[in-house]
Amino acid sequence: MNGLLDIFIKSIFTENMALGFFLGMCTFLAVSKKVKTSIGLGVAVVVVQVITVPVNNLIFTYVLKDGALSWMSESFSSVDLGFIGLITYIGVIAAMVQILEMTLDRFFPGLYNALGIFLPLITVNCAILGGTLFMVERNYNFAESVVYGAGSGIGWALAIVLLAGIREKLKYSHPPAGLKGLGLTFVIVGLMAIGFLAFSGI
Amino acid sequence: MSTLKKTFLDPIFKNNPIGLQVLGICSALAVTSKLETVLAMSVAVTLVVAFSSLAVSLIRKHIPSSIRIIVQMTIIASLVIVADQILKAFFFEISKSMSVYVGLIITNCIIMGRAEGYALQNSPMKSFVDGLGNGAGYSVVLIFVGVFRELLGSGTLLGQTILPLVKNGGWYQPNGLMVLAPSAFFLIAVFIWIVRTIDVSQQEE
Repeated sequence: MNGLLDIFIKSIFTENMALGFFLGMCTFLAVSKKVKTSIGLGVAVVVVQVITVPVNNLIFTYVLKDGALSWMSESFSSVDLGFIGLITYIGVIAAMVQILEMTLDRFFPGLYNALGIFLPLITVNCAILGGTLFMVERNYNFAESVVYGAGSGIGWALAIVLLAGIREKLKYSHPPAGLKGLGLTFVIVGLMAIGFLAFSGI
Repeated sequence: MSTLKKTFLDPIFKNNPIGLQVLGICSALAVTSKLETVLAMSVAVTLVVAFSSLAVSLIRKHIPSSIRIIVQMTIIASLVIVADQILKAFFFEISKSMSVYVGLIITNCIIMGRAEGYALQNSPMKSFVDGLGNGAGYSVVLIFVGVFRELLGSGTLLGQTILPLVKNGGWYQPNGLMVLAPSAFFLIAVFIWIVRTIDVSQQEE
């Protein structure tokens, strides 16, 4: 139990997807102009992350890992499908996003209208694929992968909402002309990343 | 010929993928603490962009637009697997230190962005050159960041000592901030600042 809590806290703060590993930066910088939209995107990322990381974990454990197919028959025990991992994960993510979009559209139209436009963006969000790849690299088991998916998603959502809050206030500042907009955003993200480094003592 | 040259040179400074289009920052920052990994990443990304643009452009008239994203994804993912396998086979140490970021080339928005925004409308030759140009533009920023981070952070370039460190009997006191991840953000901000001061038309309102 302690181990799970450890992974959860770590993935939110010390190993924050956006500020510690720079994952999902494109959307992170592009969609963080308003707090409201960034909350929508943040929630969508958490939902997708909680689904895809455990699903990919199952696929990795029972299909792709070295000798993972031995549950089918003894003769498969030497098969290592690790090399097609990347294409499988991205396929699973694309499919999951599509299914989620259709399910929301059918059963929760309100939620779909709020999150709808962000869902396609998520397929190419590196935080999602990154979450899966870190899960594989660190050999998490199923329970750990659920917790890790939730934690890393929440961490990313937290970071983008914080950045959007700061950027809303930036409208009133007067930076040098060349630094305006993107340049200044980079400086702020850098400062936030330093702030998050302080959590590593926990 | 001059249009091809323009297609190649434009993305390097005038329309830089990182500086202006805000694409591909995800995997760019994390690998920049050493010049060695920067070079490996730059070469990998440039080749993947160029060849995926070429492939997408070759079959652009046969892709139904409703499934084009998944087709592009498949092409890109296959190329990245090739790059990953080559790195693992011949440059194992580098591949180890880049860890998951090789796989993350798939979701590097530059590649998807060029396939979607350029290769679908242009001839294979032009798309290939455009891919090379965007790869080069990406590499320029990465190398800029990588050189400063490695030189100021550990006093070396490509593992060769340039500034002898105090702890080894030299005179240079390394800047610890440069080894840490956030310094990459500041360096990119400086890069954008310089480019936009020279080329005023890129400034934002």
